Amino acid sequence: MDSTISPADLAAIWLTIKLATVVTAILLLVGTPLAWWLARTRCWWKGAVGAVVALPIVLPPTVIGFYLLVAMGPHGPLGQLTQTLGIGLLPFTFAGLVVASVIYSLPFVVQPLQNAFEAIPERTLEIASTLRASALDTFFSVALPLAKPGLFTASVLGFAHTVGEFGVVLMIGGNIPDQTRVASVQIYDHVQAMEYTQAHWLSAALLLFSFAVLLLLYTFHPTGKRK
Amino acid sequence: MTAIHARFKLDYPGFTLDVDIKLPGSGVTALFGPSGSGKTTLLRCIAGLEHAEGGLLRMNDQVWQDGEKFLPTHARSLGYVFQEAGLFPHLSVRRNLEYGLIRIVPDKRKVQLEQVVELLGLSKLMARTDPTSLSGGERQRIAIGRALLTSPNLLLMDEPLSALDAASKQEIFPYLERLHRELEIPVLYVSHALDEVARLADHLVLLEQGRVIANGTLGETLSRLDLPTAHLDDAGAVIEAKVAMHDEAYSLTRLDFSGGSLWVSKIERAAGTLMRARVLARDVSVAIAAPHGSSITNIVAARIVEIRDEGRDRVSLRLAVGGGQTLLSRITRRSRDQLGLVAGMEVYAQVKSVALIA
Repeated sequence: MDSTISPADLAAIWLTIKLATVVTAILLLVGTPLAWWLARTRCWWKGAVGAVVALPIVLPPTVIGFYLLVAMGPHGPLGQLTQTLGIGLLPFTFAGLVVASVIYSLPFVVQPLQNAFEAIPERTLEIASTLRASALDTFFSVALPLAKPGLFTASVLGFAHTVGEFGVVLMIGGNIPDQTRVASVQIYDHVQAMEYTQAHWLSAALLLFSFAVLLLLYTFHPTGKRK
Repeated sequence: MTAIHARFKLDYPGFTLDVDIKLPGSGVTALFGPSGSGKTTLLRCIAGLEHAEGGLLRMNDQVWQDGEKFLPTHARSLGYVFQEAGLFPHLSVRRNLEYGLIRIVPDKRKVQLEQVVELLGLSKLMARTDPTSLSGGERQRIAIGRALLTSPNLLLMDEPLSALDAASKQEIFPYLERLHRELEIPVLYVSHALDEVARLADHLVLLEQGRVIANGTLGETLSRLDLPTAHLDDAGAVIEAKVAMHDEAYSLTRLDFSGGSLWVSKIERAAGTLMRARVLARDVSVAIAAPHGSSITNIVAARIVEIRDEGRDRVSLRLAVGGGQTLLSRITRRSRDQLGLVAGMEVYAQVKSVALIA
């Protein structure tokens, strides 16, 4: 038996990176406006939205996976939608995995961004508006640059958390090579097949990756120069 | 010349702003009043940072706000200088200055970068990358320059000196005075310091508990005895006077105004320069006959226009000194009775000290 990383392992690692990259990109696009809204609104249902966003932190991944499976299934609302749109059903596809991961990692992107946006004084935004910047202009020229440390944290956490997911993947994605078999699932397979050496290699790779990411976060975290 | 018409009614718990004022479209108009009088709220309404439903704001021939229309802040041609500079920490000094400038289409730029750098003495600061490393006074000068560079039709200043220490205030004052002299932008200047107002303003609006209690030229308003400004410890009138001559031997300068002249410590200004002198009420005493053998050199013939009881031992006098100019005097009630002072009497005002303010 090959004691190093096999092509199947490499494929799993590659799929993991691909998934985490796509999910992080989507999360930054969706999470940034959501975090901005949560940080600035005085709307009464802000609390409810914030709680829903935070749910994946406390729920067992299997619960999220189960509901998503139902929703994306042939009789679920999401499933009906995707079928109507001619996309077919999402469970056990890469796309389904992306949708699930976006929801699963949402709080890890939204919360650091929201904290960063909340740290920007209202006055700073008012000043921009007195200097002829519209709300959108102010967002891009003042809020986003000032929230850079939060943006960095959000990206790293979103990426790393997606790499580390397992339960949701198993529920939604199953275990299809090159489609849904990500590194964490591959390790599970190795252990099931008693291939401990390979499980060791892959686990060590994930451990090192996670450590490197957190090291990056704690060492090079760009602190905002704010007074 | 009325260029600004503002009418706002805004209810907060425990505070109501209810104003309807017309303001001149040139010079510096001070909004003066104690804290909680609504100065800042009024300024924020004018800027559109506060939305007073049903308010009205006309700026020259433009409507910024009325029943139907509400122009958002960024669409109003105004500059706003806050108490704290609020420079953008992620931008260099130059980029901070240019933030508003680049948002103005080039042919609408009446104020140029070089002009502002020169006017506010910013050339040494232009290369600085981190605005948070500057002193308070330097930061505030950049904030003023940044606001000016949007070529605003109206400059709003909300106690721009109050967050600064005395030294930084003195550092900024000459720049504000230059601004006043050299730019043709009308300024609304919020302050609760009478000396700042006397130094900078041409026009004065007094606010109390959200209402306008006086609105007139600086000279007229400061010399009214029925307003709270007359009761302040540093109450006083301003006199516009011209530099007439210098006495090199005694190091004095004579200022002439139509009602007389005042000697002050020698100033380095050419004859003919128009100066503004502030004379505090507590520095003016009166005599019913021309005084002899007094060390006070500034004695001006005056007529008592009004006498008002300040309560306890004091009374305030309003004195006409010719040329439509006014002095205030604060004396004891006993002196009034011993000298038999009544409105209409011709007296001599003895001015102990004069502060030159512009």
